[in-house]
Amino acid sequence: MIDWFAYVQVAIAVLAGLFCLVRGFMGRKPDDFTLGATTVVEVLLLVQLVVALLAPGFGNVPSGNVLEFYTYLVSAIILLPLAGLWSLIERNKWSNIVLAIANLAVAVMVYRMLQIWAFQLA
Amino acid sequence: MDSTDTRRRLGIGRALIAVYGVLALAATGRSFVQIVTRFDEAPVAYALSALAAVVYIVATVALIAPGRGWYLVAWATIGFEFIGVLVVGALSLFDPALFPDDTVWSFFGRGYLFIPLVLPLLGMWWLWSQRDRFARKA
Repeated sequence: MIDWFAYVQVAIAVLAGLFCLVRGFMGRKPDDFTLGATTVVEVLLLVQLVVALLAPGFGNVPSGNVLEFYTYLVSAIILLPLAGLWSLIERNKWSNIVLAIANLAVAVMVYRMLQIWAFQLA
Repeated sequence: MDSTDTRRRLGIGRALIAVYGVLALAATGRSFVQIVTRFDEAPVAYALSALAAVVYIVATVALIAPGRGWYLVAWATIGFEFIGVLVVGALSLFDPALFPDDTVWSFFGRGYLFIPLVLPLLGMWWLWSQRDRFARKA
C-alpha cells in the first residue's frame, strides 16, 4: 500500500460521501454526478487492489494481517456496486443518502486498511 | 399523518437499512478473519462476533422484507442487539479478561464509533413508528 495514495483515496471517498449526502438532503435523486463520484471511489479501490497485489514484489510488504487487509478491500469493492444498484432501483433522494453511507464507510475501511498495512505490527 | 411524513419515515428506514447492511458486512468480515486466523485464542469472543454478525444480517433482511412476520423478526433481532451491546459492553468494561480481543460490542461498540449502541435505538424507534402498518388485523 502506498501511503499517499491511501490518504488521497480516503479524502476522495469522504468528499464523495459528503457530496452525496448534500445532494440527498437537497432532495435530488441519484444522478450522473452522485453515481459518478461513487464510481471514482470504486475505480480507486480497484487501483488499490492492483497496487496491493504488486507492492510486495517491490519490497513494500504489509506489516499486519494480510487476510484482514483483503477482507476489508474485497468488502469495500463489493459495497459500492450494491449501493449503486440500490440507487438505480429506488429512484429517490434517499438513495443518495445510501450512496453517501457507502462512500463514507469505504473511507473508514481504506483508513483501516492503511493501519493494517503500515502500522498494525510495525 | 400526511403523505410527506410517511415518505420521510420510509426514507429514514432506507438509510437505516443501508447502515445495518454496512454493519452486517463489517461484523461478518471481522468475525471471518478472527475465526480463520486465531479462533483458539479467544473462542468466546470470536463465537460472539460470529453470532453478532449473523444477527446483523438477519436484522438487515428483516428490515427489507415485507410482512408482519419479518416485522417481528426485526424487533427480535434489533432487541437482541441492544441487549447484546449493553451486556457485552458492561462485561468488557468490568471484566476485560472475558473478552481478550475486541468484538463488535466490546466497550459499547467503541471500535465502531458507538454505532452498535445507537443503531438499535434508532431501529426500535423506526419499528415503533411503523407499528400501524403491521398491526394484527382481527
